Amino acid sequence: MIRALAALFGWLALVSASAAQPGRAPVALDVILGDTLPRNLSEFRFFSDGIGQTPNARVIGYELNTPLFSDYAVKQRFAFVPEGQTVRYTEEGVLDFPVGSALIKSFGYPADFRDPGSPVRWIETRVLLRRESGWVALPYIWNEDGSEAVLARAGRRLPASWIDAQGETQAISYRVPNQNQCKGCHARHDEITLIGPQARNLNDGSRLAQWVDWGFLDRAPVDAPRLPVWDDESDGSLAERARAYLDVNCAHCHNRDGPASNSGLFLQYQEADTVARGILKRPVAAGRGSGNLAFDIAPGDPDRSILLFRMQTDDPGIAMPELGRALLHREAIALIRRYIAEMPQPAS
Amino acid sequence: MKILAAATVALLASTSAFATTITVEAGDNAQERLQTALIEAAPGDTVQIGEGRFELTDGLSLDVAGVTVQGAGADATILDFTNQQGSGEGLLVTADDVVLTGFAVENSAGDGIKSKEADRIVYRGLRVEWTGGPAETNGAYGLYPVESEDVLVENSIVSGASDAGIYVGQSDRIVVRHNIVRNNVAGIEIENSFNADVYENMVTQNTGGILVFDLPNLPQMGGHSVRVFRNMIQDNNTPNFAPEGNIVASVPTGTGVMIMANRNVHVFENMIADNGTSNVMIVSYTQAFDDPNYNPLPRAVFLENNQHGNAGYAPDFEGGEMLAAAVGGQLPPILWDGTGEAILSNDEAMVLSLGLTAAGQSVAEAQPQPVDLHTDDIPEQPGEVSLPMAMEAADQ
Repeated sequence: MIRALAALFGWLALVSASAAQPGRAPVALDVILGDTLPRNLSEFRFFSDGIGQTPNARVIGYELNTPLFSDYAVKQRFAFVPEGQTVRYTEEGVLDFPVGSALIKSFGYPADFRDPGSPVRWIETRVLLRRESGWVALPYIWNEDGSEAVLARAGRRLPASWIDAQGETQAISYRVPNQNQCKGCHARHDEITLIGPQARNLNDGSRLAQWVDWGFLDRAPVDAPRLPVWDDESDGSLAERARAYLDVNCAHCHNRDGPASNSGLFLQYQEADTVARGILKRPVAAGRGSGNLAFDIAPGDPDRSILLFRMQTDDPGIAMPELGRALLHREAIALIRRYIAEMPQPAS
Repeated sequence: MKILAAATVALLASTSAFATTITVEAGDNAQERLQTALIEAAPGDTVQIGEGRFELTDGLSLDVAGVTVQGAGADATILDFTNQQGSGEGLLVTADDVVLTGFAVENSAGDGIKSKEADRIVYRGLRVEWTGGPAETNGAYGLYPVESEDVLVENSIVSGASDAGIYVGQSDRIVVRHNIVRNNVAGIEIENSFNADVYENMVTQNTGGILVFDLPNLPQMGGHSVRVFRNMIQDNNTPNFAPEGNIVASVPTGTGVMIMANRNVHVFENMIADNGTSNVMIVSYTQAFDDPNYNPLPRAVFLENNQHGNAGYAPDFEGGEMLAAAVGGQLPPILWDGTGEAILSNDEAMVLSLGLTAAGQSVAEAQPQPVDLHTDDIPEQPGEVSLPMAMEAADQ
């Protein structure tokens, strides 16, 4: 169902990107660039009618090969790049978006995950604005009828419920992050940075070339790196898919310049140091997050690996990631369990 | 004249020279009101938190430089995280030049107050407490500055941390003074840090009193230049309640001061008494590690003019009781594993060396014997840590 949606958004994006729509006011570039914090999401004019129904010109939808888990919320992602400008391709790290760009990401739940036609209740939309001074992150919360979203810098807890893919009813206290918590994940060297739109995570074989065709991206090398789809067993090895998942879900903090730099645990896809990746690495400052275990990853022994232990709990003093996860990600737990179980044990 | 005054006011306002005070009182919706104040504060502002109990469900955070967060006192303004549902700590600070003063954090799910890459931070007159007493389910650290330059922690109380009450990690230029730390696994821990003065603290009823450690596989290693002086370090015999896997879980119950894998550490003029395993322990890092840049040995450690009370009567390590029996029923106040270089003591207290020669060597190979570490060639002390004037000036 997600993929079908993705295809639909791709089509919408094509329509919106390929032709200027006469008679419709364009995205409010002055609001993106200004020094205000707009109260209403509609002030940006990213969409012509509520959430994501009709993206404005130069607002394109996109998906990632391996996305961040957010309590099973479905997400819509859009990027806006000003007319006449392009995103600069970079092989490593996130793409370089020009000043005036914006990324828009909405979170919500369909009433019933088993029904593709089930209406989605959108909870929040997070925007990242590329201003002269750098990126600014703002959270907006939708009203009941989905007609407007209002800035909530301090975040909020909201009830959310749905029927999951197994037919079980789920209900959580959904946490809309506050503005600082945005930075909790989006900080590198104290500057707000992007997480998702890396060439390797956008690259599904055709997307980068499409972006070039639409005048969004300056170039798309044929040998651009590609992150596997974490839950597609036909895509990459077990270790590659596990490391893709850990990259997207953990490495925004767990990298040498990120909020978890002091931990010494670095989970970027391309990290070469096996101890830094957690293998036979002892915990530092983990507190009861250690779960009475000696190593982040004990090869061959998932039940003695702190990394898996912290994925398998919803206790806020232990759970990882620290933000945005109240539920267990069962499918990912199964993946990481297999990844560690099949890891060769050290000789000795 | 009035016009002139008005013009002056306008001029000052336009340059943001006016620091404002944002007041937040206890009551409904405290989470969102307090967090909003912490977000909307401008550099130079004070967020004044009123008296009373603030019931909070999520961690708070401050990311604006130069803000003072001030309560009505460590017993009057209480940030209560007993029902915390999210975030790894009670309060997280990620900006420079912040002063935290006069409030309490109770029962946070993870750490109490953490500051990361927050230079020139002041923790003053705070209380962090897990009110149920020592328990493995308590959060790890009480006051937790990490990866920062110029850190001041003073006049604060921390109780119940399942790791360290006051933990300073991977930082440079640190002063920890005039605090009371009790009922934590480690009272005060200085880890992978440079240039620290730890003095005039009351350190009691922890598992281990004051730890000076260095660990491998971290961005900042090679901890050095630490002075521990004029502290009261007494009765640190609370059974270790740290979750296994953490380095402090290996600290023997009944440890006064423990120095591990550090260089240039001076311990002097402390009152150290009634610690069942040892008053002062000097050791190397014993676990296996894979890090060519890490030195597991203690180096240039000097003890002088410490007053030693009773110690070593309940040694909490493998073979400890046998060892005590072999040396007359009770271990001497100072224990050294025998590794490292320039380990010296002019204290009037006996030193027992385990006679090990390498980091990680099995204690089964120990050849314990009393050693004389006295020197007439007094090593030069690490320099006094001097913090920027503004941090001290805020002391009132």
